[in-house]
Amino acid sequence: MNTTTNNSQMTAQEARSGTEKTIDRSFFWTTRILALAVAGVLLWIAGQVAWNSIPAIQQFGLEFLATAAWNPVEELYGVLPMAYGTVVSSFIALLLAVPVGLACAIVLSENFLPLSIRTSLTFLVELLAAIPSVVYGLWGIYVLIPFLQPIGRWFHDNFGYIPLFATQYAGPGMLPAGVVLAIMILPIIAAISRDSLAAVPSELRWGSYGIGSTRWQTIFSVLIPAAFSGIVGGIMLGLGRALGETIAVTLVIGNSNNLSFSILAPANTIASLLANQFAEASGLQKSSLFYAGLVLFVITLIVNILAYWIIQRVKKY
Amino acid sequence: MATNNIEDRYAEEFPTPKMEHSYTTPRTAIGLALTVLAFLLLGVALLPLFLVIGFVIVKGANRLNFELFTGSIPVALQPGGGIAPAIVGTLIVVGIATAISIPFGVLAAVYLSEFSSGRIARWIRFATNVLSGVPSIIVGIFAYGVIVLTTNTYSAVAGGFALAILMLPIVVRTADESLQLVPQEIRWASVGVGASNFQTVLTVVLPAAMGAIATGVTLAIARAAGETAPLIFTALFSQYWPRGIWEPVPTLSVLIYNFAAVPYQNQQEIAWAASLILVLLILLASILARWVASRSTY
Repeated sequence: MNTTTNNSQMTAQEARSGTEKTIDRSFFWTTRILALAVAGVLLWIAGQVAWNSIPAIQQFGLEFLATAAWNPVEELYGVLPMAYGTVVSSFIALLLAVPVGLACAIVLSENFLPLSIRTSLTFLVELLAAIPSVVYGLWGIYVLIPFLQPIGRWFHDNFGYIPLFATQYAGPGMLPAGVVLAIMILPIIAAISRDSLAAVPSELRWGSYGIGSTRWQTIFSVLIPAAFSGIVGGIMLGLGRALGETIAVTLVIGNSNNLSFSILAPANTIASLLANQFAEASGLQKSSLFYAGLVLFVITLIVNILAYWIIQRVKKY
Repeated sequence: MATNNIEDRYAEEFPTPKMEHSYTTPRTAIGLALTVLAFLLLGVALLPLFLVIGFVIVKGANRLNFELFTGSIPVALQPGGGIAPAIVGTLIVVGIATAISIPFGVLAAVYLSEFSSGRIARWIRFATNVLSGVPSIIVGIFAYGVIVLTTNTYSAVAGGFALAILMLPIVVRTADESLQLVPQEIRWASVGVGASNFQTVLTVVLPAAMGAIATGVTLAIARAAGETAPLIFTALFSQYWPRGIWEPVPTLSVLIYNFAAVPYQNQQEIAWAASLILVLLILLASILARWVASRSTY
């Protein structure tokens, strides 16, 4: 792509008028500045969120992460229950979405079905990502929560002695939030796993079939190991999305700021906490909310950078 | 069974493998079971899509009438009403976001694909990817800090600013990819007849990539129209018709969010109807974008 610049410099640069040169140069600089500004926006976001959370950081320090109180009356804020909710709801989502997404990726990348059917199925799986978060939330309240009731009750009745199922199914809570998140991150995991499975060189397939492996032996002992890092990258990207997803979760998780280990009880995530309280908060509470946002920002940043790094390494090979 | 015929003995010791497919050997049985399981899981994946779209259609169709598109947003206990102000508000906010993010994103992509040396471009592409992973709620509090705190009012501009940042990485990435697909010969031809960089990019390269860029932009707009989290404390919400871009405006997504959990049946029905409109718009946009993309590849 650099040849454009070089060529034009070589051809008729001397013959150009001054204004033309100026226009050309200012166009170049405009695009360059805007491109750098895209990266600048990322730093700006980090800076702005960090700046606004300074009072809360000074007040609570790292204690903020280990305190379970969210008490506007006593001006005491800690983000532990929401951090627990964020991690556990995302973990439930991964638990459900990884096997399903991987199965989709396998069916859609191998030759089980004719290509035309695979293309339309791929499109349908991708459509899951196009449905707005808030619509999943609305659907979650009126369809998913009642639907999960017998399942939640069954878990409590049979495994109630495990702290994870210690409470009765309350309706809104971690379980429906995890299921909604699973639906929302499934297309990312499926798409990236599919791409990395499809990128495995065909020689490996032929070799495996050649020594007498069945299709599934090939998939499990050759294709998945070869595409493993790409699949992990896709899962990490899905995790990043699940950690930051807000509206669908806010509508179904119950928004309780009390720490409960049970996935059947109402809970909260950092993102939902922001969605619920940010507009009405002021003073130290607002600053604490910015601090909670900063924590979420840093976590998703780390997860996303790791995912990007893994996927980028796979692309080279 | 002992025979002296050499051929029969050979056949006894080395039976010809059966060529027909047997479903009872462990190899094929396990394979078949795994295939069935994989297809079942694919079905499980598609089930929510049909359930969500099905419920949205069934529940939203009740209220799909003329009043929905013309009526104003009902307050609690008020019967009837529609979502017209929210449709207008969504158009305003998404319009502001589009006006900011498209020139910004496309010109940044021009730098990445046309002018940059590898190293800087690599870093900017990396930053773009990371930016697309920033949770939308974080972009919301950022826009609050930048616009709402400085202007002292919730506004359509603040909402548009937040959506613009969410659209930016999508626009940059798709424009970058589309520009890279434009054949190098076109650039050489343009430069060869004496065009400057500026003229080459603006009159030759960008028009050649326009179809693919438009596809990406359509998908970005569709994504932005459905976003809620960055709007709930930037554009906020109001029951009224938008009165200007420096005022809070209602949007479809925030309307659904606000009415989703209220105990009033009328508002719930409005939320489902608004969901139907939103989903239809977004599905239409993504199908259109994909159709255009499949027809206009180099």
